[in-house]
Amino acid sequence: MTPLSHIRNFSIVAHIDHGKSTLADRLIQSTNTVADRDMKAQMLDAMDIERERGITIKANTVRIDYVADNGEAYVLNLIDTPGHVDFAYEVSRSMRAVEGSLLVVDSTQGVEAQTLANVYQAIDADHDIVPILNKIDLPAADCDRVAEQIEDVIGIDASGAIRVSAKTGIGIHETLEAIVHHLPAPKGEENADLKAMLVDSWYDSYLGVIVLVRIIDGRLKKGDRVKFVSNGTVHHVDRIGVFRPQMQVIDSLGPGEIGFLTASIKQVRDTRVGDTVTHDKKTVTPLPGFKPAQPVVFCGLFPVDSSEFEDLRDAIDKLALNDASFSFEMETSAALGFGFRCGFLGLLHLEVIRDRIEREYDIELITTAPSVVYHVYMRDGSMQELHNPADMPDLSVVDHLEEPRIKATILVPDDYLGDVLKLCQDRRGVQLDLTYAGSRAMVVYDLPLNEVVFDFYDRLKSVTKGYASFDYQLTGYQTDNLVKMSVLVNDEPVDALSMMVHRDRAEMRGRAMVEKLKDLIPRHMFKIPIQAAIGGKVIARETLSAMRKDVTAKCYGGDATRKRKLLDKQKAGKKKMRQFGKVDIPQEAFISALKMDS
Amino acid sequence: MTEDWQNGGFGIYIHWPFCAAKCPYCDFNSHVARTIDHAAWRNAYLEEIRKAAEQTPGRIVHTVFFGGGTPSLMEPWVVADIIDAIRKHWPTANDMEITLEANPGSVEAQRFADFRAGGVNRISMGIQALNDEDLRRLGRIHSADEARAAFDIARKTFDRVSFDLIYGRQKQTLADWESELKQALTMAIDHLSLYQLTIEQGTAFGDRYNAGKLAGLPDEDRAADMFTLTRDICADFGMPAYEVSNHARDGAQSRHNLIYWRYGDYVGIGPGAHGRLTLNGQRFATEAPTNPKRWLEELRQLPNVALTGEDQANEFLLMGLRLTDGVDLARFEALSGRSVAPDTLKNLSELGLLDQRGRNISVTEQGVSVLNGVLRELLAD
Repeated sequence: MTPLSHIRNFSIVAHIDHGKSTLADRLIQSTNTVADRDMKAQMLDAMDIERERGITIKANTVRIDYVADNGEAYVLNLIDTPGHVDFAYEVSRSMRAVEGSLLVVDSTQGVEAQTLANVYQAIDADHDIVPILNKIDLPAADCDRVAEQIEDVIGIDASGAIRVSAKTGIGIHETLEAIVHHLPAPKGEENADLKAMLVDSWYDSYLGVIVLVRIIDGRLKKGDRVKFVSNGTVHHVDRIGVFRPQMQVIDSLGPGEIGFLTASIKQVRDTRVGDTVTHDKKTVTPLPGFKPAQPVVFCGLFPVDSSEFEDLRDAIDKLALNDASFSFEMETSAALGFGFRCGFLGLLHLEVIRDRIEREYDIELITTAPSVVYHVYMRDGSMQELHNPADMPDLSVVDHLEEPRIKATILVPDDYLGDVLKLCQDRRGVQLDLTYAGSRAMVVYDLPLNEVVFDFYDRLKSVTKGYASFDYQLTGYQTDNLVKMSVLVNDEPVDALSMMVHRDRAEMRGRAMVEKLKDLIPRHMFKIPIQAAIGGKVIARETLSAMRKDVTAKCYGGDATRKRKLLDKQKAGKKKMRQFGKVDIPQEAFISALKMDS
Repeated sequence: MTEDWQNGGFGIYIHWPFCAAKCPYCDFNSHVARTIDHAAWRNAYLEEIRKAAEQTPGRIVHTVFFGGGTPSLMEPWVVADIIDAIRKHWPTANDMEITLEANPGSVEAQRFADFRAGGVNRISMGIQALNDEDLRRLGRIHSADEARAAFDIARKTFDRVSFDLIYGRQKQTLADWESELKQALTMAIDHLSLYQLTIEQGTAFGDRYNAGKLAGLPDEDRAADMFTLTRDICADFGMPAYEVSNHARDGAQSRHNLIYWRYGDYVGIGPGAHGRLTLNGQRFATEAPTNPKRWLEELRQLPNVALTGEDQANEFLLMGLRLTDGVDLARFEALSGRSVAPDTLKNLSELGLLDQRGRNISVTEQGVSVLNGVLRELLAD
């Protein structure tokens, strides 16, 4: 049993690629938490997608035993949090479970937008913060400048910042000592009634739902009957343990400790993140809880092969088991058949879910244009949420529309400032703030979310050659002149391509869209008009000319087999296209058509 | 009961896999060898002929075709022995067509009389281009003058001589091709094969194309213009297209190749040779190993593959629609047990791509240049 004074709970906040996962790896390794032979890079990123993309999606946790220079043994609980804006809610709730943070800043890059967003969450959670300047082994490292920047931009004391190279191991020992000496021990009462915070939960096919908890007061033991305060459900605890980072079963968890319980719980949705856990028949003052994460980006997911609809349903059900922030409902599209309208926390979240369905469940998907949630105010004074442009009510019954706005923070070297300002203005942005920290500018814009969801981040990266960083938060809804733009291919409307646009940008978007489609749709044996329209009015038009030549020059006795197999393959390829009237549209057209070049 | 193949006839294909040099555009099964044991090859061909004849006793052989490779590099006595063996093992048509592919080099030209003495009665000559610069680009080892000289010898030796040209070459303009084609038509006797250059993967041209180093090839529009121009000019000269790339005066069509396009049966002998054989009512695809040494010394035929009715119907259609005369839908239905969707036929007719006369369908002049698209529609169900 570890006394409270010898427990430290902390998280690491950093911008993507600033070395958070490598630092976590090094802390785990240098304390022999994992045997060297079992060590693999980015130990805590369990999903293939996490390792591949170098991102952390789910919060992960590890318990580290550390004997400090003063000869005393400490238990360090690290909660590794996601760095991406889409998963900000994961960050915010894991912050509530710990008392301190390591702020990791790449000493060759400096403070970035996600550093800011995440460190403010740590400050909001009253954390003590230890700044760490990482990657000091690189020649471009400039520790003094970056320390100054931390003080200027974030406003915390960086004089004691630890200089680290997580890659080579420099400063790891100092970091461990700083965790012990500069971060506070948790508070709590061993003899009080049990009070624990439900930090996270996920489904495991062998153990059922695994619940990550932080004990505030009291003691949780195997065999206890526990109650989830929000819904009053009672469960028999059949297992208690900690992560190292593999599961290790222990007998009990006391105040200040972080660990897991299992209790034969079938569904993740029965466990509300932020909930208070206590013993059955006890009453405690509940913790404040967390606001559930709301999906902000919606799109349709359809199986390429319509016979795989049931498989898709199955895959989505299973993924939703572990991801309460991902919502879905069945959707029928004239163009694409049966599928699901799904809600995500952001585009990365969308891509991750889509990749997992395609990869882990082997279902090829058509993804329709991402859309935000509009508020449609009707003439009769009622309001409905619009998740799908295809469902836009008739204009005669609509009074006005509101769209979600965001506050976007962009940090950019001043060489690229002009391009960034132009991009934001082009996307209907309103400048809120512009300040300098050294040679970097911090730009704050009020932007419509729908101008950002699709490719804003890609464009930002390309106009700044990757040097800008970006983060955002939703601010609210605002009325604007929004219209539904439809796309007609060979005079047939393609519902999956319809989108909401600002009236002033409609012509430009329409033109870009029909030009793109002209390139994306293969030539057919007849010419195909491609049009963008608002209501009945065509605003842009292109014509895809008919195929002129596609014939095999030589075909003799030895070619029959090969040619037949080639045609069979082309037939299979044709099945992967979607037919709209007489026109076959390749699936990639649905997403590629929406990418704008300016 | 008649079998489907009888609508197309019966022929023998002999594959000679060796060339003096490999052409950069060619994806045929051809090899360059330093020494060739002609007697061993003769014996192998004869043995395979005997085995094929055992499987198809009593069939009347209409045509024999020596293809390659460069069969004009075969020893004339080997060719003669093969023809004799075929005559010995099967009944043969009185007017049996025996074609040999030849390169227009001086070496080959010297053998023409011997080939004729051995029984060959038709020559198909790979001239490919009528100017030296393009011949060099195509990797051909003969000059245009050599080709003309060889052609003259061939036409004095044989009644039936055809030659091949490749167009849509690098940097070739429509006007260049028009003038070259007209020259070719004044040379031609009664048959011409005119192939648009196709970049095949796995060839030297394929590699260069992938590396972006094959400049000046026609785009789709120019390719279409060249194709249409070719057909128009040939028709004006009285040599209309009877197949996508083949042109002939009436009655001078390659009867051997018509067996393929009319989906008859054919025996394929030699490395990499394919065949179609109906045995006990079931049509098989036959295939031989492609490696010449392996074929000669180890294995002459791979196991036969039974073709389903659907496979046969598809092959029948994809081969048959190449012909200007088109195909009989009744054969398609008998093979597949189903009919082509009437809507598909109607759509293609309305687009001006297909002609339907009774039970016969054929592609129109407009349809032939997009034949692959027409086939994808027809075979899509």
